[in-house]
Amino acid sequence: MPYYRLKDLIKAIRACKTAADERAVIQKESAAIRTSFKEENNDARHSNVAKLLYIHMLGYPAHFGQIECLKLVASNRFADKRLGYLGIMLLLDENQEVLTLVTNSLKNDMNHSNMYIVGLALCTLGNISSPEMARDLCAEVEKLLGSSNVYIRKKAALCAMRIIRKVPELQENFLSKAKSLLSDRNHGVLLTATTLITEMCHRNPDTLVTFRKAVPLLVRHLKSLVSAGFSPEHDVTGVTDPFLQVKILRLMRILGKGDAEASEAMNDILAQVATNTESSKNVGNSILYETVLTIMEIQSESGLRVLAINILGKFLTNRDNNIRYVALTTLNKTVSIDTNAVQRHRNIILDCLRDGDISIRRRALELSFALINETNVRVLTRELLAFLEVADNEFKQGMTTKICLAADRFAPNKRWHIDTVLRVLKLAGNYVREEILSNFIRLIAQTKDLNAYTVQKLYAALKADISQESLTLASVWVIGEYGDILIKGGSFEEEELVKEVTEPDVVDLFESILAGPYANQVTREYVLTALMKLTSRFTSTPVIQRIQAILERYNTSIEVEIQQRAIEYTNLFKFDNIRPAVLERIPIPESKEETSRPTDDFSSGGGGGGGSLLDLDGDSIATDVKKVNASENSQNTVDILATIFGSGPSDTTDNLTPSRSNPKDDIMSLFNTGPTTTTSPNLIENTPSANPLDDLITTSLPSTNENLLGLSSIKQIAPSQNTQTVNPLDSLMDLGSTKLSTAISPPTETNAPEQFVAYNKNGFKIGLSPFKDQNNPNILNINVTFHNVGVGSDVQNLLFQAAVPKTQRLQMQPPSSTTIAPGAIVTQTIRVANPQRVNVRLKLRIVYDTSAGGKVDDIAEFSGFPQDFW
Amino acid sequence: MLRFFLFINKQGQTRFSRYYNVQLQPEERVLMEADISRKCLKRGDSQCSIFEFREYKLAFRRYASLFFVIGFDEEENHLAILELVHAYVEILNAYFDNVCELDIMFNIEKVHVILEEMVLNGRIVETNKNNVLAPVLEMDKTSK
Repeated sequence: MPYYRLKDLIKAIRACKTAADERAVIQKESAAIRTSFKEENNDARHSNVAKLLYIHMLGYPAHFGQIECLKLVASNRFADKRLGYLGIMLLLDENQEVLTLVTNSLKNDMNHSNMYIVGLALCTLGNISSPEMARDLCAEVEKLLGSSNVYIRKKAALCAMRIIRKVPELQENFLSKAKSLLSDRNHGVLLTATTLITEMCHRNPDTLVTFRKAVPLLVRHLKSLVSAGFSPEHDVTGVTDPFLQVKILRLMRILGKGDAEASEAMNDILAQVATNTESSKNVGNSILYETVLTIMEIQSESGLRVLAINILGKFLTNRDNNIRYVALTTLNKTVSIDTNAVQRHRNIILDCLRDGDISIRRRALELSFALINETNVRVLTRELLAFLEVADNEFKQGMTTKICLAADRFAPNKRWHIDTVLRVLKLAGNYVREEILSNFIRLIAQTKDLNAYTVQKLYAALKADISQESLTLASVWVIGEYGDILIKGGSFEEEELVKEVTEPDVVDLFESILAGPYANQVTREYVLTALMKLTSRFTSTPVIQRIQAILERYNTSIEVEIQQRAIEYTNLFKFDNIRPAVLERIPIPESKEETSRPTDDFSSGGGGGGGSLLDLDGDSIATDVKKVNASENSQNTVDILATIFGSGPSDTTDNLTPSRSNPKDDIMSLFNTGPTTTTSPNLIENTPSANPLDDLITTSLPSTNENLLGLSSIKQIAPSQNTQTVNPLDSLMDLGSTKLSTAISPPTETNAPEQFVAYNKNGFKIGLSPFKDQNNPNILNINVTFHNVGVGSDVQNLLFQAAVPKTQRLQMQPPSSTTIAPGAIVTQTIRVANPQRVNVRLKLRIVYDTSAGGKVDDIAEFSGFPQDFW
Repeated sequence: MLRFFLFINKQGQTRFSRYYNVQLQPEERVLMEADISRKCLKRGDSQCSIFEFREYKLAFRRYASLFFVIGFDEEENHLAILELVHAYVEILNAYFDNVCELDIMFNIEKVHVILEEMVLNGRIVETNKNNVLAPVLEMDKTSK
């Protein structure tokens, strides 16, 4: 049974105990309403639509009432018409077909003698007009803009605004009317006219010129509003038309922006509004706020700007949270325009960090970071560190990052820089981004003269607290790297207490971390590696034996990574002649170009020094894969490994090479296979921080930049995969250079072919391995390898052509295939007869299709063979 | 530009809603309103009553058991919006003579009509109490 009146329906819905009950009531009622609509029950229509609007508000479907609304609009009863239009506004939007049926009713009603009916029509058109309606009814609205009735004029102005939003070219139709509306005496009309003109200026900058002429008029309006006494007709909560003032100020802002003359004309009145407006209530502050925005955006006098910033400063001390919030938001926007003026309010801003409202704390924090510069970095950082201690956890990671970046950029000296980051790690070591940590480690490695100081500090900090992950990681790494310096320094003072440090102490500490509740895989990896490094830094044999015992304990770790490491390290003890070299201190990494923006660093991949180390990794791993799988040629690999590990004396190479069937080789292959099983691209990007060993055995730090990293390192690994004898030593020497592929080592075995990269574009790479023909020194054989590194799909219909200068002759053999799957290699041999023994210059043409549908036709030149091959 | 007016009671029930150029399916609308009411209820007295919500800014004031919420675009004057809420409530109060939640519930059409006098397509038309109420009262007379 349907409820008959809206009131009854509402009561029935209120009486529902559950959502299901409510749904049932509404479904039943909706069905009844539908039936009633079908029966064309004219008397019930009003009530039904009213109920539908209620149902609509509750979030139930009510679209079936759209047509009924149109019927109500056509009614002669005012109440029906009003409800009908309301229904249209609520149930329809401009995209609905039904809307076209409204146009005619609107047109009729806009010409109605009853001003309220005209008002309803304008309201409806202004709310839901589609472009078609806008065109159809533009003339009516234009006419109504000139109506003698205030009520109609003010609504028509906003209607016009909707029309030009929908059909911008209709703007001209309203231009002259809008101008005349600006001198209207009625405040309602002025308000809507200002809104309309603001919109026009916004949409079409050409109109700015027209309306700049109206600036004096606007100034007059504003002046009379500011100086007017109480008038019941314009009063809104005790202030004369605050909304009109706000609108005029906003229009002034648009008109004054970038125009000296208009700005000049506004200076006085802006100063007047800024000084005379009552600031004890929110209403007044809303006007002041708008004034500040206008002052900051137009070409105002500097005195006025100071006044504006001071208003915001005063806002900051206001007890109303909303006003403080608005002030901080605005200061955040203006801080880049006028930093010095904002600096004056630094202390209040810092006070806001302790505000009870998290929104305010967040804004204040943003602003504090924006204020840091060379001169105040010490003070502000101290404040921010104090805040970091008590900050909400959700702020911490952002804060640690920003504090460290600010320290990077403005640090007065290295010691302060190290102290600051150390403090950050102590306070919020569990909220530090990985790159911040590696930046810190790089900083330490670069600051050689403070190594002793830093290692002692970190040792003391770690001893005091092993719960802060980043602090643990940094300390463990640094102690591992500079353990000898730590021990050599002996006891040291920390906060007026003399601290003893001996080799067993350090191992105790490390053991406590391993056993502690905060250890995770990453910390274990770090600790094991650091312990291993300490075996070459420490001198006491019992301590070294203890370390060995600890490492052996992890030979059965269920974490594959840890187990692998432990086994590799314990095996390394069998090679005491190379162990120290393997565990050498890592070379001092070069600075990245943009330490201030770590995220950028990631995207720029191997651009800097850090990247090269990564390249090195990629190389060794990739080469290993190939070597181990493809050949028995293990000396070569050993050599490479030894050189990476040792990163130094090449005589280790000599030691190793002769022993072909020696167990060393096997162990070394073990080392090789190590990395190959985990060629995860997830290498630590900022490898300067870590020991080569560390990198070789890829760590799997949880990296937020995994994808980026992955990409960059894949790219770097790939090119080297067929570079058969790239010597990582060279790359190490060549830190910072990105041209890894051209870093070539002299071959360790005479017949090992060297490879040159002749072409590397779009993921397609061509390598040339030349070797002299054994029978004829005038002939150079070149093995060409085509490598689909990252084309992303199969390479098909490969056509490779080469040409040589006239003095030389060329012979080409067919390629092993004309299709290359991703990651695969195709080879082809060419012979160059070079009787005059001059430089071999090759012109190459590469044509191929990708299975994804692309076609590549490219030309390259190569003439980089060393003279030996001529 | 103003995007919506919402009156929500302490139980999170929507008592009035008016959207301007916000196209949402009924279900999405219900979810969003529930979300907003949760956010408003969660904010303590010590917190500011302006906050960001999805692509909008929200400003709300609480009168007895009802939250009056306005959603608007960033460019609007935040403080003036708070004033607008208050002006609207004062006008409702004058019209209903001490407005309460039930007045709004049972006279939702009137609440709409008053708002139509004040705001058109998300822009303010009129804020003076008398100027808003005079035509509404006049229209009421005609309707009878």
